[in-house]
Amino acid sequence: MQHAEMTDTPREVISVTHLWAGYDSEPVLEDINLSVRELDFVGLIGPNGGGKTTLLKVLLGLLRPTRGNVRIMGKSTKEGRRDIGYVPQSVELDRDFPISVWDVVRMGRLGKRGLLQRYTIEDERVVAEALRDVEMLGLRNRPIGELSGGQRQRVYIARALATEPRILLLDEPMASVDPQVSGSLYELLSCLNDHVTILMVSHDVSAISSYVKTVGCINRRLFYHGDKQITPDMLEAAYQCPIDLLAHGVPHRVFPEHSAEEVRP
Amino acid sequence: MIEALNEALQFTFMRNALMAGVLVSIACGVIGAFVVVNRIVFISGGIAHAAYGGIGLGYFFKFNPVLGAVIFSVASALGMGTVYRKTRQRADTIIGVMWAIGMAIGITLVDLTEGYKADLMSFLFGSILAVPSGDLWIMLVLDLVVIGLVALLYKELLAISFDETFASVENVPVDAIYLILLCLIAFTVVMLMRVVGLIMVIALLTIPAAISGQFVKDMKKMMVLASILGVLFTTSGLWLSYFLNLTSGATIILASGVAYLFSLALQSMVRRARPESAN
Repeated sequence: MQHAEMTDTPREVISVTHLWAGYDSEPVLEDINLSVRELDFVGLIGPNGGGKTTLLKVLLGLLRPTRGNVRIMGKSTKEGRRDIGYVPQSVELDRDFPISVWDVVRMGRLGKRGLLQRYTIEDERVVAEALRDVEMLGLRNRPIGELSGGQRQRVYIARALATEPRILLLDEPMASVDPQVSGSLYELLSCLNDHVTILMVSHDVSAISSYVKTVGCINRRLFYHGDKQITPDMLEAAYQCPIDLLAHGVPHRVFPEHSAEEVRP
Repeated sequence: MIEALNEALQFTFMRNALMAGVLVSIACGVIGAFVVVNRIVFISGGIAHAAYGGIGLGYFFKFNPVLGAVIFSVASALGMGTVYRKTRQRADTIIGVMWAIGMAIGITLVDLTEGYKADLMSFLFGSILAVPSGDLWIMLVLDLVVIGLVALLYKELLAISFDETFASVENVPVDAIYLILLCLIAFTVVMLMRVVGLIMVIALLTIPAAISGQFVKDMKKMMVLASILGVLFTTSGLWLSYFLNLTSGATIILASGVAYLFSLALQSMVRRARPESAN
């Protein structure tokens, strides 16, 4: 691992080649090729139903691809996902669940402690550090249901960090938070990006901020060249209309301008 | 009043009944909490009713119907669990069908059985006043099994209940843990059957946990509070049944149900007094 840092091109942490995947033989993803280098911060945007979550599921080994190859840190997904910290869409989780912030974040240690093993002092230390990283240590005893959307998102990021990941995968991280809050979440992610690779997906073009290093569009196919900018070509290819697939009713014609502005560092 | 209570406690059946109430309430609180947070009340109902097939089997082949109920409820737990995991869309239909088939098998087998079928009704409506001392030991053992397994697998059970996807990513054997939970539900259901009967099992499994879920926001506290509430409901229901000469299963459920309605009203009053701060 140390060798990779010395060479000029960072090493590849996610490698997807000619991937096809879907449900009941209906392809949702077609011929996806994606190579993510260490310490990149990738933002993928695409319309709802465009296969963003499906791609994450394949990367996490939760959905078997119909064709193609996926390697995480050079290993199979079942092995490689030990290095992934996953932050799901927070709307999918039960807010009323009787659980404290601390207990949620401690679930990040499940992969390190097998069946019948107890959590150790080491686990407590890692959990505390993860909570400190996201500035939520003070609220560690709060029930998860009493937090705001942004705070909850921080907790799920802390849970992912508690797995001591090399890669963070985030599914719509800004979906349930205010614009001001998403700004501070991006600052947090950008800090974390100093030592972990980040891949996030979103349906909302305006959610992709200047902190993102490379961007791509996904709608069944992936349009990603490892660049910083979304080109009108990519958008057009990904969002082949109809217009109501677009995020938040942003009119189609202002779309490329808007996104180019957002993406500029 | 005190005299009447003392008098009642002279009877072995009354002492056994109170003891049975305490023992089932423990399993009920622990497992009920998981049933409520996992939203698997319907499957639990299915397991309970399918258990009747086992009772019929016991009558027909002349072995202990409780043993038959254990076999049938565990089998239906595994069956329904697998269906629920594998076919998400129509799971409720299939579970409903298994629920009905289990009962139908039981009824048919009982019909085909010759002779005296005295305590058949006790399985349907419960008979906490007729629990023999031997059954108390069985209940104690089942309690220990339930508490032991939940303690050993607590972090996994909590993980699959809260966020199954994340648990899978962390390489937790989600399917196996889930089926273990359903088997624990099956054991608890069979215990409860003696107390409130198959038809009302669901109420005692869910009401104490649902009430405590409204007031505590921690899974372990929820289990403890639910167990205490269970003891309270079975005991008060038992006294009502004793003094008013009513069916014990029904008085226990009515006591629980009234408490649940009260707690709902109380909670909405608390909500109104203190508006929600979190968005």
